[in-house]
Amino acid sequence: MMAEQPLLEARSVSKRFGSVIALSDINMAVRPREVHCLLGDNGAGKSTLIKTFAGVHQPTEGELRVDGAPVQFGSPREALDTGIATVFQDLALVPLMSATRNFFMGREPVIGRGPFRRFDARTAERITAQEMWKIGIDVRDPTQPVGTMSGGERQCLAIARAVYFGAKVLILDEPTSALGVSQASMVLRYVARAKAAGLGVIFITHNVHHAFPVGDSFTLLNRGRSLGTHTKDEVSRDELMDMMAGGKEMADLEAELKAAAQQETDPKAEQAETQIAEDLHQESQKVH
Amino acid sequence: MAQETADGAAPPGQEADERIQRASFLSRLLNRPELGAAAGTIVVLVVFAIVAGDTGMYSALGIVNFVEVASLLGLLAIGVSLLMIGGEFDLSIGSMIAFAGMTIAIPAAEWGWPMWLCILLAFTVAILWGLFNGWLVIKTGLPSFIVTLAGLFMLRGLTIGLTRLLTGRTQVSGLREDAEGDWLAGILGGEVGHGFFTWMGEVGIIAQRADGEPSVSGVPMSVIWFLLLGAIATWVLLRTRLGNWIFAAGGDKQAARNVGVPVNRVKIMLFVGTAVMATLVATVQVLDVGSADTQRGLLRELEAIAAAVIGGCLLTGGYGSAIGAMLGALIFGTVQMGFFYTGVNTDWFQVFVGLMLLVAVLSNNYIRKKATEAK
Ligand SMILES: Nc1ncnc2c1ncn2[C@@H]1O[C@H](COP(=O)(O)OP(=O)(O)OP(=O)(O)O)[C@@H](O)[C@H]1O
Ligand SMILES: [Mg+2]
Repeated sequence: MMAEQPLLEARSVSKRFGSVIALSDINMAVRPREVHCLLGDNGAGKSTLIKTFAGVHQPTEGELRVDGAPVQFGSPREALDTGIATVFQDLALVPLMSATRNFFMGREPVIGRGPFRRFDARTAERITAQEMWKIGIDVRDPTQPVGTMSGGERQCLAIARAVYFGAKVLILDEPTSALGVSQASMVLRYVARAKAAGLGVIFITHNVHHAFPVGDSFTLLNRGRSLGTHTKDEVSRDELMDMMAGGKEMADLEAELKAAAQQETDPKAEQAETQIAEDLHQESQKVH
Repeated sequence: MAQETADGAAPPGQEADERIQRASFLSRLLNRPELGAAAGTIVVLVVFAIVAGDTGMYSALGIVNFVEVASLLGLLAIGVSLLMIGGEFDLSIGSMIAFAGMTIAIPAAEWGWPMWLCILLAFTVAILWGLFNGWLVIKTGLPSFIVTLAGLFMLRGLTIGLTRLLTGRTQVSGLREDAEGDWLAGILGGEVGHGFFTWMGEVGIIAQRADGEPSVSGVPMSVIWFLLLGAIATWVLLRTRLGNWIFAAGGDKQAARNVGVPVNRVKIMLFVGTAVMATLVATVQVLDVGSADTQRGLLRELEAIAAAVIGGCLLTGGYGSAIGAMLGALIFGTVQMGFFYTGVNTDWFQVFVGLMLLVAVLSNNYIRKKATEAK
């Protein structure tokens, strides 16, 4: 399988924003029927990398290849036209516009000819409702502004949109962060289905229970550098956990909390505990 | 298929129904940015019908008068509303009116160019100015408010400076004869429906003057353009792909770009639109008055923005309507002429405009909160 031509590939890609080095010398490839999980701490450069794939950023150095041929995406539209669809971390939805108009934003279906060529609202509404229903969301009113939808509903809208338009590669940047259990598993099912249909999938998540079941390979980023790619048979879930959110840190934290609980009477320990709880809270805030 | 799934998916019961109603009521309200302006128009028309009903304001002549005033501001407001929905401002349109007027007047009066050529020149210059504005805003990434404020000063100064240099004056007149019989001047300015109005005068539907002519000789072309371009703008906004792109570009330009909307192209196009609308207004005025003045169009950019905001456009972009802007302009025209007919000192007009604007912004703000905060 690994011998197959990659659908999308980054070769020695670096990205700098002024003096900030967001990515340096990244190599990564996604092949047909491969779910490639991109892992790393907050600020590791995951979103920057997939935005480079999506045509939002242009690499400062290195090149992108699609089906083995070097490409330069001048804009996200060009990436979309080659079949690369992305669910961005910020979802790329316009709150004041309806679900339907957001779903087809930039790729509106039209009917009629010449000056009477117009947005085919009926088809657009039908498809939006249909695709949302498939993912497990019942769109009550397709003209409802996205701003009035719940966070999870919005995330589902962005995912359904990418799935609908992704023909070659599907990129998902933390798509399950706001989702309930049933919608999250629906998203994982989508990933599996896209894989079965021959697409390549790049999947970013902080949740090992989401990454491990669907992932075929795992690339770990750390402070803008790649720590290498592992295939599924090379790593166990626990190793993956270690790699992802710093499993060791979690174990340390657990031990610390336990120790603190034993010395409950000690006011200093209590203080430490609240400190840890606060840290934990901040950490979870950062994820979003 | 969708019908089936939608029906099949909706769980029966009290709660579901209630939620549907709430969602569709809110969105219906949100889908009507011009609601406030429509209500305002009715109020204003009724109020003046009561206080100025016997002054001739609602005679055929009076109506044509205030609709004409409204149409000139309305043409600007249509362009401005599209641009504001697209997330940008153009403060240079007032100066553009003077500049375009001179671009027509000087070659016609001083160099003897045919009128149609002068008008085409003015529109060409306007398109270039719009392209320049759009390009500058996109290249610099600065707020268009500032970039076009610079344009406001530059264009006005350029108009005065060049006019003085070329003619030694600040006003160029005597253009009526030049426009006589010119094909393009006939399309852009003047009146239509003279025969119809003469007939209406003869059968007594409208009043006749002492010389047997009807009190109103026709519908000014500016009104026709106002209605036509307003209809086209509305069609584009609500029914076309470009319309979706305009809303998207103003709503969240990064999101729009990320899903493939050519945001820059859309914005540049909208800047061209406002400059062209200003030039159309300038042309109509030059043809109507027969002269051009370097002070023309002063503060018009702000009135047009006010009309667009009264019509429901959000200052932050992504929301609004061309019909609303047209109604906003109609409110302006009605009140302005209403004050004239009722003999109220026109100083108060500006107080009224200010209050109206405040009310509109407050209600717009409320709507946006409703749309973006309910999660
Ligand atoms: N447009 C930008 N300009 C300047 N710096 C940027 C820009 N975009 C990203 N960065 C920087 O690049 C680094 C990587 O950011 P990125 O968003 O890719 O992280 P991430 O791995 O997606 O993190 P998270 O898990 O929090 O989403 C960060 O330090 C960020 O500040
Ligand atoms: Mg990220």
